[in-house]
Amino acid sequence: MTKLGGTLTMTTRIFGSGIRRREDPRLMTGQAAYTDDIKLTGMVHAAILRSPHAHAKINSIDTSAAKSAPGVLAVYTSADTEGVLNPIPCAWQPPDSDVKAVDHHALAVDVVRYVGDAVAVVVAESRYQAEDALELINVDYSAMPAVVNPKAAMDAGAPQLHEDAPNNQAFHWVVAGGDTDAAFAEAVGSQNHVVVTDTIIQQRLIPNAVEPRSAVANWQFAMGELTLWSTSQNPHIARFLCSLVTGIGEHKIRIIAVDVGGGFGSKIPMYADEMLAAFCSMQLRRPVKWTATRSEGYMATIHGRDHVQNVEMAATKDGKITGLRAEVYAGMGAYLSTAGPGVPTILHGLMYSGPYEIPNVRGDIYGVFTNTTPVDAYRGAGRPEATFLLERMMDLLAVELNMDPVELRRVNLIQPFEDGHDVSTGLTYDSGNYQATLDLAMQHVDYPALRKEQEQERSEGHYMGIGVSTYCEICGLGPSQVAGAVGFGGGLWESATVRFYATGKVNVYVGISPHGQGEETTFAQIVSDELGVPVDDIEVIHGDTDLTPMGWGTYGSRSTVVGGGALALSTRKIRDKGIALAAHLLEAAEEDIQYEDGKFFVRGSPDQSKTIQDIALMANVAWNMPEGMEPGLEATTFYDPPNFSYPFGAHVAVVSVDADNGHIVLLRYVAVDDCGPQINPVIVEGQVQGGVVQGAGQALWEGVVYDDNGQLLTGSMMDYAVPKAHLLPNIEVLSTVTPSPHNPLGVKGIGETGSIASTVSIYNAVIDALRPLGVTRLEMPLSPQRVWQAIQQAKGA
Amino acid sequence: MFAPEFDYHKAATVAEAIQLLASNEDAKLLAGGHSLLPLLKLRLARPSALIDIGGISELKGITITDGSVRIGALTTHRQLAASHDLEHACGLLSDAAGGIGDPQVRNRGTIGGNIVHADPASDWPSVLTALDAKFTIQGAGGATRTVEPGDFFVGPLTTTLGEQEILTSIEVPTLGHHQRAEYAKMAHPASGFAVVGSAVVVSIHDGKCTSARIAVGGLVPAPVRMVSVEAALIGKELNSENIAEAASHASEDLTGEILGDFFASAEYRKAMAEVEIRHSLFHATEVHHH
Repeated sequence: MTKLGGTLTMTTRIFGSGIRRREDPRLMTGQAAYTDDIKLTGMVHAAILRSPHAHAKINSIDTSAAKSAPGVLAVYTSADTEGVLNPIPCAWQPPDSDVKAVDHHALAVDVVRYVGDAVAVVVAESRYQAEDALELINVDYSAMPAVVNPKAAMDAGAPQLHEDAPNNQAFHWVVAGGDTDAAFAEAVGSQNHVVVTDTIIQQRLIPNAVEPRSAVANWQFAMGELTLWSTSQNPHIARFLCSLVTGIGEHKIRIIAVDVGGGFGSKIPMYADEMLAAFCSMQLRRPVKWTATRSEGYMATIHGRDHVQNVEMAATKDGKITGLRAEVYAGMGAYLSTAGPGVPTILHGLMYSGPYEIPNVRGDIYGVFTNTTPVDAYRGAGRPEATFLLERMMDLLAVELNMDPVELRRVNLIQPFEDGHDVSTGLTYDSGNYQATLDLAMQHVDYPALRKEQEQERSEGHYMGIGVSTYCEICGLGPSQVAGAVGFGGGLWESATVRFYATGKVNVYVGISPHGQGEETTFAQIVSDELGVPVDDIEVIHGDTDLTPMGWGTYGSRSTVVGGGALALSTRKIRDKGIALAAHLLEAAEEDIQYEDGKFFVRGSPDQSKTIQDIALMANVAWNMPEGMEPGLEATTFYDPPNFSYPFGAHVAVVSVDADNGHIVLLRYVAVDDCGPQINPVIVEGQVQGGVVQGAGQALWEGVVYDDNGQLLTGSMMDYAVPKAHLLPNIEVLSTVTPSPHNPLGVKGIGETGSIASTVSIYNAVIDALRPLGVTRLEMPLSPQRVWQAIQQAKGA
Repeated sequence: MFAPEFDYHKAATVAEAIQLLASNEDAKLLAGGHSLLPLLKLRLARPSALIDIGGISELKGITITDGSVRIGALTTHRQLAASHDLEHACGLLSDAAGGIGDPQVRNRGTIGGNIVHADPASDWPSVLTALDAKFTIQGAGGATRTVEPGDFFVGPLTTTLGEQEILTSIEVPTLGHHQRAEYAKMAHPASGFAVVGSAVVVSIHDGKCTSARIAVGGLVPAPVRMVSVEAALIGKELNSENIAEAASHASEDLTGEILGDFFASAEYRKAMAEVEIRHSLFHATEVHHH
């Protein structure tokens, strides 16, 4: 409330206000406690010996020299862990897809299957001593042929990774809606239809969280309790999986992941390394720390994407899409990571209709084992690959039909809807106004003028391109019943507790586990908005399984949608109790009590009021409670959302390409996104900016390179190029607001939209720029050499 | 990223450092540490000892005299980039320094350390070749010698520096009013190192090029002078056509080994040498090709 001149009162709602992130002072001044900052008395250090071979038989391991090296407490191999540690489970196995959940041992048994596969672990008094001792372990390997490409891995005669998975097929999952065969039968050879095809390579990416993975395991043997500080996006899931692997009861495990420096999906899985830290601590009865180096993380932390997609799209001559068919080979790496199989299936194939009416859809998704680092969710997780597929085909279709690509999209966009729209893949989208985002984007860039400018540039021999992507995505995961139906090994609900103290101060305990997204701020804004408590009086507590109620973690842009939903419902329970208590204290009937901006008052007599702080005090001291009302002011909600949420938008990229050397300059980037009402627009903008930049990374710079023997050539930041600020333009962030009909706050999630939409809009822009030169297709990243070579080839043709 | 064990010595003078090199087999000098420490942490280098020369003040600083710039080997890239006097005397040195790595690298990395490391993707080798620099080297007993870049850089991480020698300073002639010097590079998007770099120094009298020194780096094991390109420029007006024609001779000078990797093949880099030579000449003559 801002008082103006003593008479006028203007309300500035905290919901929707771009207040500064409350976590930043801690993070920026070094007072955050990341896992590697944890130092315990008696703590020792683990280092992990990793396979230098992509595929090899282990003949023998000699650890004797390492065991007697200075400072070394122990050296373990699979001979020590087998029978003590259970295999690391894969927790997402889509039904009806014949998933081969091969055993993934914490330490390789007999065979190593990728460069980075853990072979032995050394524990020493210092990390330096542990690293020195690693060099003294003598492993006798017999190298075997390796395969790294997911399509090639299914060819006859390809090296086989697992006996139980013939042809390296990890699963075959199908999405089907309508009658795709009939649609293509009608289109092929028809005068009134066209069919466009392409092979799309979704190159493999390395997630680059600023903080590497780390674990500090402390086995308190007298209590039989394990405390594990872990860089996790989902500590409660980690507790569950840790229990399965170690055999310790869930009630005796505490996972702490308060300050986590980013994840982008790479800190969802349970890894061998964290379990090895736990194993070592249990064996030695000492706290054990393990922290990945950056290069180690590049080998042993999950990768993202890695699809080979054969795609066909059929449409009528006037641009109406009639069918989409895709055959996708999705690299899973050497073992199935925690959520790996769910990514190219549920999070990808189900989005094949995108923001369009596509009546007939079929996708055959093959999960494939290769001699590479396991693949799992990476920002966007399946949806960037689906959006790329659709938006690439849309541009090919536009060229084939000689239609403006924006016009083609308009023809196919689903008409605005407020409460539910069914698409052919079986999903029911929540709400959407796709035209509005596209209109705003086109208006903002002045699309006709931009095309005119392009014409002018082309006439002067310059290659300028405009790329557009319209998208919708699935997030806010999700109804637990659906989670079960799609093979997700857990629930997807959330819980939140709001606890008022007598002083009116509030602790909020949440099951979600933010690691950079800013929920310490936005969740305080939700409470402040609902209950009128100043933000500074609210503390949001997360990331410690002994303190916080159950939650399924932060990923899939679900924290604000599901966790925020749970929190909003808890605040409303507090408000209801406040009304009841205020009625008692003000000697009025409950129905006569009005609540507004933190005050409970008798309708029509606002001076007869109790503030939320008064209520908190009276509830906590409980001197004068109405009959039957429990003391305290606290509420917990377990919220299971009735549907997913479906944010959407339209992005525009403008590029120039230097034909002399193949260099691409991203001149302009405009993002229009709709995530429903925004709790904190500054944080929303930050999420969009970051996501767009990560997507730009895939388009222009990032890409894992393995050689044919499975050696990781992009093994460090000297070779793997993450986006740099000086290579990017100012990203223009705009939005529209279409509330989700089913969410208590109407919110939809914004964590991944940028990376979902941006890769293909930049890709489309580059292809658009090169059209006069005859270049029609490129592989990512769009390196100068690739662009230059494509230009040379087109010139030669 | 955990270095193996090594001994550590701190030298107070160049003579003491040379003494320590003599008495510690397989020792390495530590200057800014920006090439050596990563090698140590990756366990690719395993020196018995590090001899820290970072505290030797006589190796630091920029001295500009009539016609010549003397740079102490321990001068950081940042000091070179920030020196206004240097910008006036030989702007290419400050420009090239400002384009190395990132602020952290420039703050710690030294020109001498960079030169003796002889990474083919570094900027200094080609820039200093074009600038006709002289390296002063001190050896056992205080003896000094002077060597040109062409006689110093042998190949990747290989120079003619003796085991008990220290590069102490770099001398570069100042640029005259009729001279222009530029460096153009295609930087690797990950490392920022040169995939291809071209350094040019041209003299222009009455609108015509009277002399040219051009050296390329990044694509070759050690910097290569572009003598055919230089010859094609002499007597010519430096317009777009003449620059393009001269640059087209680049392949005649690139007859030795060309480096290549998955990011940029030898074939691509060779083609890009011509492009970067053009860019550097365009910048030098302020002819814009767009």
